[in-house]
Amino acid sequence: MSGNKEEEDPRIHGIKTKIRVVPDFPKKGIMFQDITTVLLDPKAFKDTIDLFVERYRDKNISVVAGIEARGFLFGPPIALAIGAKFVPLRKPKKLPGETIFEEYELEYGNDRLEMHIGAVEAGDRALVVDDLIATGGTLCAAINLLERVGAEVVECACVIELPELQGRQRLKGKPLCMLVEYR
Amino acid sequence: MITIRAIINTANPFSLLLGHTQTQTQAHARVSECEMFAVENGLQGDPRLKAISDAIRVIPHFPKTGIMFQDITTLLLDPVAFKHVVDIFVDRYKHMNISLVAGVEARGFIFGPPIALAIGAKFIPLRKPGKLPGKVISEEYELEYGRDRLEMSVEAVKADERALVIDDLVATGGTLSASISLLERAGAEVVECACVVGLPKFKGQCKLKGKPLYVLVEPSQFDDLTL
Repeated sequence: MSGNKEEEDPRIHGIKTKIRVVPDFPKKGIMFQDITTVLLDPKAFKDTIDLFVERYRDKNISVVAGIEARGFLFGPPIALAIGAKFVPLRKPKKLPGETIFEEYELEYGNDRLEMHIGAVEAGDRALVVDDLIATGGTLCAAINLLERVGAEVVECACVIELPELQGRQRLKGKPLCMLVEYR
Repeated sequence: MITIRAIINTANPFSLLLGHTQTQTQAHARVSECEMFAVENGLQGDPRLKAISDAIRVIPHFPKTGIMFQDITTLLLDPVAFKHVVDIFVDRYKHMNISLVAGVEARGFIFGPPIALAIGAKFIPLRKPGKLPGKVISEEYELEYGRDRLEMSVEAVKADERALVIDDLVATGGTLSASISLLERAGAEVVECACVVGLPKFKGQCKLKGKPLYVLVEPSQFDDLTL
């Protein structure tokens, strides 16, 4: 899926045409990749999930970790289809009970990602899911959380990649699978 | 098997929060006609409901003292129980001609999409302010202290669509009421609201604007914690 054009699955074009690009959101200069329009097309949404499920169903994935909030849209359907646990990775103070956190950099300042203690066990094979990879900061924080509890991160999966931001290099050597590039 | 009567006779965590006596809780529960629990709607004795209820963890005093938080993340760690939730909702809604499933941020994003995918409906996220790009409409609703707002993309909904609203839990119904308002303002017909967990309505008023509410299970009790 993230390979060269000749290998591109025919469903990918349909998904790409459904992504809406919104200029200057949330602030000037940003071309926002809006995936909510993919969710409005049941076939495009189903194709998105199917493409990931076909890739991961035989890879023995025991946990799908989704990054709040748009990772929650794609992670659970994948988890359900492959019989894996779903673990939400959340902004601070949203998860009740005991959590661990990982800090990551924003353009200005830092933020944190939290995960429940006990949700993921040593030896779990994990997939990290988000709608989009930009700088890779959030995904790197997610990988760190999972590795700290002894899970093996098999791959990161995103619908969209912004390759010019080189997020792929920030995944601690983990492979990235994406469906659509935006340059 | 838990029934509404059983809940009235046990310590109700929500009424403890409010300092109600047991009599007051009984009175409020009888007045409420708004909630339909799955166990009373064709799913009596269905073992899946117990599996779902058992998988939900109770965290006392979160996010603040007195609240017995119903944590569905433990349900998501149990692929069989999570699938039961989706299957029960899909079986109920697949023949109701639902064209749109609206999920409330953020836990409604976990349950809504699998249902939408299975019944061939669109999914629309209802979000906190400032998150959705493009043209949005917003609806205010009351919190215990203060107010919040929910937003919806106005271009996502066509007139006369048949909509389902999903969230993980209903407490006062304020968020669901705001969701119904947003969809109706855009011309959709809200067929039903669906939640995994439903707290008994302590105020005795139906805040769901006349729309039916379908709930799978009642709150888990802290003493029943199996984890």
